[in-house]
Amino acid sequence: MQFDPFVIPFNIGLYFILIYVVVRSVIWFRDLSRPDKLRLQRGFFGNAFVQSLKEIFLESLIHRKILKTNLRLGYMHMSLAFGWFLLILFGTIEADIFGAKHLNAPYKAIFFRFFNPDHGRMGIEAAYGFLMDLNLAFILSGLFLAVSKRFFSRVVGMKKTTRLKAVDRIALTSLWLIFPSRLLAESFTCGAYGTGSFLTGSLGSWLASFLPAQQMAYPFWLLYSLSLGTFFILLPITRYMHIPTELFLIFMRNSGIKTGDKAGTYSEVQAYSCSSCGICINACQLNFSAGITNIQSAYLMKAIRNNDDVSDIAHNCLMCGRCDQNCPVGIELSPIRMIQIRGGEAENYFRNIYKGYFRSQQSVTVEKSNGSAAYNFLPETNQKKADVLFFAGCMTHLSPTIKNSMIKILDASGVNYSFIDEQGGVCCGRPLMLAGQDKEARELVNYNSQMIWKSGAHTLVTSCPICYKVFKESYYLDIEVLHHTQFIKNLIDEGSVKLNFLRKNVVYHSPCDLGRGSGVYNEPREVLKHVSRLEKSKFEDENSLCCGGSLGNMKISYQKKNKIARDAAAELTKGNPDILATACPLCKKTFSSATETRVADISEIVAEALMHQTVKKNTCRQVNSIKELAGIS
Amino acid sequence: MIGNNMDKFGYSISKGRQINYEANDRKIAEYIYENEPSFRLCIECGGCSATCTTGNLTKFSLRELFVLIKRGENDQIWQNLKKCMLCGKCTLVCPRGVNTRNIVVLARQAFQKSNDYAI
Repeated sequence: MQFDPFVIPFNIGLYFILIYVVVRSVIWFRDLSRPDKLRLQRGFFGNAFVQSLKEIFLESLIHRKILKTNLRLGYMHMSLAFGWFLLILFGTIEADIFGAKHLNAPYKAIFFRFFNPDHGRMGIEAAYGFLMDLNLAFILSGLFLAVSKRFFSRVVGMKKTTRLKAVDRIALTSLWLIFPSRLLAESFTCGAYGTGSFLTGSLGSWLASFLPAQQMAYPFWLLYSLSLGTFFILLPITRYMHIPTELFLIFMRNSGIKTGDKAGTYSEVQAYSCSSCGICINACQLNFSAGITNIQSAYLMKAIRNNDDVSDIAHNCLMCGRCDQNCPVGIELSPIRMIQIRGGEAENYFRNIYKGYFRSQQSVTVEKSNGSAAYNFLPETNQKKADVLFFAGCMTHLSPTIKNSMIKILDASGVNYSFIDEQGGVCCGRPLMLAGQDKEARELVNYNSQMIWKSGAHTLVTSCPICYKVFKESYYLDIEVLHHTQFIKNLIDEGSVKLNFLRKNVVYHSPCDLGRGSGVYNEPREVLKHVSRLEKSKFEDENSLCCGGSLGNMKISYQKKNKIARDAAAELTKGNPDILATACPLCKKTFSSATETRVADISEIVAEALMHQTVKKNTCRQVNSIKELAGIS
Repeated sequence: MIGNNMDKFGYSISKGRQINYEANDRKIAEYIYENEPSFRLCIECGGCSATCTTGNLTKFSLRELFVLIKRGENDQIWQNLKKCMLCGKCTLVCPRGVNTRNIVVLARQAFQKSNDYAI
């Protein structure tokens, strides 16, 4: 039995983390809701399992998504993850083939060279040694990048790197020490015995030329074991917990589990899966335009893990979804943020470091009582019957050109429509939801739903993406909900409206709630292509910028909002277009104070392009207004 | 004694119109000032009230609310504060860049925190 006391720290760490991960997984599984448990079980015996294995290989080891966004950062992550994986894999195989017996304890593989110093002189052994050295060199190159990133984040093309707390620093140091100490330990051993391949061999013989290699080796083997042990023990309370958790997350996601509205296992698993890579920080406009650098999703995830008070971080966000789109781990960042916003101020118990190891889901779910909402002043709903309903929304009422253009288009199309909130109307409820006040929002949702039901319409058209998103997601309506760009697209396809071609260059800004929020990218573009020359910008579709006017952010000051709007408008108008087109009254409002270029909603452009002959007055509307004048209801 | 009967003779004694800053409870105003400094920028122009979605449907004026909060006359505010729909039009029209939505949310929070108005 080969054994040496120096392997004890490594063994303690390894068995601790193995047991911890198993216990943790069991707890997570136990806390899942019953349908989610069934999904997981079905996934385990189904396609999801194979899919997950493939994804784990591509994302957790190769880091394909990070490689796509940033080659150097991706290489850094890949070399550490994939390199370490290969080192362990090949090390285990090496110990199995060349060791004294098969099926060794893990430490035999990790410290193989210590127990078999004479190994690897010639033939296949030397070739295998070369392979192992190659692996180590691969990891060390990534480690070199990681260390330099910590001090000069621009090395890997990142503007900022994440800030760390004390425990993270210790874990990081131990992680950094692992591979150099392995290199030195192996080199000294190789130097003393005259073995080793291109890296350990040559470094070893050079070191042995002026140092007592035999005696020097042991401290470095001890350091190697110690740093591994420390890293494993600190793993659960640092960001490195993402290494085991991400596997769990990928499997859960492939099994079809969604974040939902409440904090639970899945949102916790996601919070632990965040590796703080900092890609969300780079994508965030609050960072690169407004200079707010402490609220990005990576910090939110960290605060959730540490059970800090997140109310400040959670509310200071545009909810534009750029981080969601860019997250290489695929964490549903916006839904998690919404959970935190709803939870309000978290209680601060469980901030204890020892309790960091085992934390149950007690952090959020603080019921906020706003008292009974007082929307009893809402007027009686009496809605005229119509086929199509037009809901302008609060923001559209603030920019009457959009409203008038839509009326012009609706009149011209000749559909039997009714303008629900012609006299002002009631808010759709999403602003309240974004402020975390769902109970109040429900009252408005119910009120508007009743109005829509009473009309007996089959289509609801809205001019505001904020309303569109909430009608789609939070209302239980059995009618078709369309944004006005989709509606206009339908009218054009049917031939209900005839449009001229405007000889104007237009650049399109995709509003957050319409594009990333609801996945409507093509219709606005096609409408614009139909009536004008559509230019390309650097920020298209998923990568589009936020105008900064978002209702999601409660905390941001007017000046910073304006800065974001000016930066975004400057980016979009680089090609000197005639019109900066958007599909959202709020974006229009925000941009018009931030740029010299004319800002217009798509409906305005279409209304401008309407052929005059085809403008036929909608008879239904006329009759109604005559009735009103005559006092007949 | 006399005061109680005077109204029967066509006289009435109206309540004092003085604002007593010493006696009034300005805790809510202080809480808002601390967390949303732009509250100080408000010039009470009434633009917010003019555009208000709620104000269109019922008697509700954000301007009036802000004035009352600043004076510390909190008794009349709480019921009104709950009527706001947070739609954000007031923030957009504000000529001074006051973050009105956050002020309403903060005022609601402050009311919930203070024991006098706890429900």
